[in-house]
Amino acid sequence: MSDLGHVLVLAGGVSFEREVSLASGRRVSEALRNLGVDVELVDVDAHLLPRLVNDPPSAVFVAVHGVEGEDGALRDALDLSGVPYVGATGAAARLAFDKAVAKAVVSRAGISTPASVALQHAAFRDLGGPVLLDRVVGRLGLPLVVKPVRGGSALGVSVVRESSELPQAMVGCYSYDSVALLEQHVTGTELAVSVVDTGDGPVALPAVEIEPVSGAFDYAARYTAGMTEYHVPARLDSGVAAAVADIAVTAHRALGLRDLSRTDVIVTADGAIEYLETNVSPGMTATSLLPLAAAAADIDLGALCRDLLQHAATRGMSTPGAPA
Amino acid sequence: MEISGGSRLDPYVDRYAERTHGMTTSEIRALFAVANRPEIISMGGGSPFVSALPLDAIGEMTAKLVAERGAQALQYMGGQGDPRLRELICGVMALEGISASPDDVVVTVGSQQALDVVSRIFLDPGDVVIAEAPSYVGALGTFTQYQADVVHVQMDDAGLVPDALREAIAQVAASGRRAKFLYTVPNYHNPAGITLVEERRDEIIAICAEADLLILEDNPYGLLGFDGPPLPALRARVTEGVIYLGSFSKTFASGVRVGWAVAPPGVKEKLVMASEATTLCPVALSQYVVAEFLAHHPWQEQVKVYRELYRARRDACLDALAASFPTGSSWTQPAGGFYVWVTLPEGVDAKAMLPRAIQGRVAYVPGTGFYADGQGRRNLRLSYSLPAPDRVREGVRRLAAVLDEELDIVSTFGAGALEA
Repeated sequence: MSDLGHVLVLAGGVSFEREVSLASGRRVSEALRNLGVDVELVDVDAHLLPRLVNDPPSAVFVAVHGVEGEDGALRDALDLSGVPYVGATGAAARLAFDKAVAKAVVSRAGISTPASVALQHAAFRDLGGPVLLDRVVGRLGLPLVVKPVRGGSALGVSVVRESSELPQAMVGCYSYDSVALLEQHVTGTELAVSVVDTGDGPVALPAVEIEPVSGAFDYAARYTAGMTEYHVPARLDSGVAAAVADIAVTAHRALGLRDLSRTDVIVTADGAIEYLETNVSPGMTATSLLPLAAAAADIDLGALCRDLLQHAATRGMSTPGAPA
Repeated sequence: MEISGGSRLDPYVDRYAERTHGMTTSEIRALFAVANRPEIISMGGGSPFVSALPLDAIGEMTAKLVAERGAQALQYMGGQGDPRLRELICGVMALEGISASPDDVVVTVGSQQALDVVSRIFLDPGDVVIAEAPSYVGALGTFTQYQADVVHVQMDDAGLVPDALREAIAQVAASGRRAKFLYTVPNYHNPAGITLVEERRDEIIAICAEADLLILEDNPYGLLGFDGPPLPALRARVTEGVIYLGSFSKTFASGVRVGWAVAPPGVKEKLVMASEATTLCPVALSQYVVAEFLAHHPWQEQVKVYRELYRARRDACLDALAASFPTGSSWTQPAGGFYVWVTLPEGVDAKAMLPRAIQGRVAYVPGTGFYADGQGRRNLRLSYSLPAPDRVREGVRRLAAVLDEELDIVSTFGAGALEA
């Protein structure tokens, strides 16, 4: 058995990514168990906090995706319960989970990101939907990507090529979140760069290149094996690969993250690297990107998760509500 | 482990049969995974309220069954199913006017397996199945797996529209193809909640007979009517030209997975062989449990209990819809079964609204799933069978609030957002 003690993997919850999260949680738990770690997979519900108080684990691995796992509230609750956990603090998660805020923060760190605007539904209602959409198109051009400002797994995301498609995309997006990010659609090589830090500083894993068979990396393409072709390491020359890795680590630091993250970027045909978003609770499923990157670096997923838990346990509890 | 040549993470991806190509995960599946959480009032699935069963008595009955006849109940049996159960099934069907011999009955693993074996023996890729608009999503999924094309036929408040059926048959024939069968749920339709009126039943049979079109009559809800005895089934009126599907999922328990098919002799033989190829035999223990329940428990009283429960839930659902849903919405008035079919105000897309509903802690099934051709965007199915009446009322109230928000968004971007 590991000397880590009893650890919990949190997964599930009521977010739209519950199913993905449960798959992530099962995979992490199994990988840890294979190394002899005393691990238990636990859903996020009303039983969790009493459980943490009555039987505190030595550390928690947060495999909850979507709002519940990444908007900071769960992490704040873990801090309030005095339980160490793997991953960003609540404040940092909150920052990174809002794509518009994350883009602004990362942009200030000198990283290029596609032009965008984040608008609440109320702005369209008060100022006139069609008129404001015209302004957006006039300024950002087409095609555009419409996405919920908070969310993952491409849920509620649409690529809009004609103005006439925008209203439907907006309605679909606002069903997921009250704020929509309208972003210039950048094409090129899609990359996911995972960053891990087991105590010696953040290190980028090999970039994963994503080539969806249908052309769109939507929900089905992400979670149906066979619908996307992955290249690990990505087919990049060494200079671009190093620049991409540097951007992921810079974003990780700029957002005040810790332990692990995954940054998505696009390398355009002219070699520009455009930042899209950073995920503070990367997927760990059989088709997820961080495990692919770890495998390419000859890092065992279970050993990585164990080391991250050990690092968290050693670090101890965070101050609730501490700034990122 | 480098993936330098690229990998799709599924080494078998190029070997799958053509019929599997549509088998992908989807956003809707992701959303339904959340709907099962207790915080959410799920009016999505068509689950019976099995807590109303005498569970202790069924437990004792099952224990006794295994103790005394376990050597049979836990063994393989004939592919057509337990002869004693088949005899009892004939008694169940007699309540809906059906006269059949136990030899005509094939027991299946739920009527879903009956749908599968019927499709297996009749459908070649490109064949046509005629079905109501909308139609049961599980049947559409089966027909699609056998690569059949579904042609929908309009319903109104009185059920399948005879003239529309004639027209659909003619159109299919004009296209040089032949429809293999009409798939219909005449009683308390899933998802529409509509019942085919008595006056149309013989006409529908005559239309199909004239066109030499087989009828696949799916009747899981027939005994769950709220307003008097059930109408005689289509199979009660003719013995040839109809394959009848029955189920204990709604009148007893969905978890036992026991359904059945009644078919003309030649068809029956093929159904048995097809069924043996998939399951060898239906689940022996489940068949024994159902047979014991039918033989030694007041099962018709149990059906009455269910009927009264579902009537109260239906009333709660309809009252709440009338009290809270906005102008421009409409819904069916089911006289039995589990479902209300709702049409939303113009411009609202039920599938696009589902994430908002989940956040509002209520779930339903969007209408598009009940069509093979993309219709149903303004529709949703509400199932009132599982939540208690006060939860049904609360669920509809929550959904009305969600709908108000959605209408606000839709009006912001113009009512044409859906049609864009």
